[in-house]
Amino acid sequence: MDYYLQIVTLVGIFITLTLSLNLINGYCGQFSLGHAGFWGVGAYASAVYGVYFALPLPPALNMLIGMGVGFSAAAFCGLLIGVPCLRLKGDYLAIATIGFSEILRIIIMNTESIGGPRGFTNIPKWTNGAWVWGVAVLVTIFMLNLKKSAFGRAIISIREDEIAAETMGINLFRFKLFSFIIGAGIAGIAGSLVAHDQQFLHPNNFNFMWSVCILVMVILGGQGSVTGSIVGAIILTLLPEVLKLIGSDISVWRMSIYSALMVILMLTRPQGIFGPHEFSFKRAKLSKGAA
Amino acid sequence: MSLLEIKNVTMRFGGLTAVKDVSFNVGPTDLVAVIGPNGAGKTTLFNTITGIYTPTEGSVTFNGDKVNAKKASDITYLGIARTFQNIRLFNNLTVIDNIRIARHTRVNYSFFDGIFKTKKYREEEKKITEDALELLKLFHLDEKRNYLAKNLPYGAQRKLEMARALATQPKLLLLDEPAAGMNPTETKELSNLIKFIREKFQIAVILIEHDMNLVMQIAEKIHVLDYGNLIASGTPVEIQNNKKVIEAYLGADIEGV
Repeated sequence: MDYYLQIVTLVGIFITLTLSLNLINGYCGQFSLGHAGFWGVGAYASAVYGVYFALPLPPALNMLIGMGVGFSAAAFCGLLIGVPCLRLKGDYLAIATIGFSEILRIIIMNTESIGGPRGFTNIPKWTNGAWVWGVAVLVTIFMLNLKKSAFGRAIISIREDEIAAETMGINLFRFKLFSFIIGAGIAGIAGSLVAHDQQFLHPNNFNFMWSVCILVMVILGGQGSVTGSIVGAIILTLLPEVLKLIGSDISVWRMSIYSALMVILMLTRPQGIFGPHEFSFKRAKLSKGAA
Repeated sequence: MSLLEIKNVTMRFGGLTAVKDVSFNVGPTDLVAVIGPNGAGKTTLFNTITGIYTPTEGSVTFNGDKVNAKKASDITYLGIARTFQNIRLFNNLTVIDNIRIARHTRVNYSFFDGIFKTKKYREEEKKITEDALELLKLFHLDEKRNYLAKNLPYGAQRKLEMARALATQPKLLLLDEPAAGMNPTETKELSNLIKFIREKFQIAVILIEHDMNLVMQIAEKIHVLDYGNLIASGTPVEIQNNKKVIEAYLGADIEGV
């Protein structure tokens, strides 16, 4: 039973992470490949609070403070990388963010007081699957409401055409930085949840591969689509586990099947499962042409 | 008092002088055309007015504010809107969202109103949508409001771009070759539309255009650029008879031939 609970919790964490990257990548169109770095900073910051500075409060309150610490630390890192790098576009921004997240990971790796390469242990257990899913639901509502507000529309217009957006009076730098900071901060909250759920952190859990993994979830679901992110996170978190369960014959091939599915999906539906749209029953009835 | 004052504006890119010492004024409800052969610096002049470029020398003053050190987005707040020579719509968004985005400068609710969907947010959004629909109706685009911008026919995209510029509630509208790629019937419709916009919204319009029928028909004043120099300014009749302008377009007469 514990195993299933673990997977359900993991799905919730990845939904939060995918949504937060969707804000940067799908809404604002900024190609960030350093999301695991923000996730890791949030996790470690919250763990440091838990191990060294925890106040004598009930776990629920401490968890809220931990999430606040995780959010602030990751958002601050988002600001640090955002201010110099958001003038870069596309591939260049991607490379800068990879570099930054690797720097963060190596700093963590070399800091003895937080476990260094041995990993950070004895983190207090403050949270569980219910918290994780609660946060995932709140972040979903946040993303949906943001999309329907003037601020969300301004961010999305930057993805569509920067020069036209600027001519509409949208301050490019401010809105790019906003999505970067909030996206990073939410990833930090996801980190805080991981830290106080698993009670153990290792720097390699936040390496480049995980940034790619989160990005793949965003793209699989459809960039800019909230429901797409949720479906992408669920499918890609469950798929390896499901393939493991099917049988030992197949489980040998599970990573190959996983990769093959990705290739097939990108060839047949490059815009992702939902494209930029949200899932709705109404849309299924609309004719083509109309969006 | 004039709305826009362009004073000795020069724009250099390395060794190339795209606009050289250009000065002219535009009044609050003027309809002005800027013409000239290809590469004369017309679009560059527009880009210096809207803040996409900062002029190397000279100043652009709008409504008493010096705008040539300002960001493009801040200039939109002051009331200058524009369209682009190569249409720049938000292609993957719907027609109505294109208009609603343009209302960005006049949105009165805060970020948190949007996230928590407060009453203020709902009222304001309702008004934004109503205004957008009203504007689309003027351009006969209201029935296509849920189309993606990229799925509109070319002429409708041009109209949508103008509607979007108007949605920022400007005092000055800059149109960069609005008739490019249009057939004579569409051009006629467009010239009526431009006159109508000016009357209805009481704004000044500057347009860059190669279609001389359109320019001569609607412009009250014409400025002619050639190789970055302002070679003539005047009414359509004056410009038609100006020797320098004829030379710029057709080449100079050779003496004795």
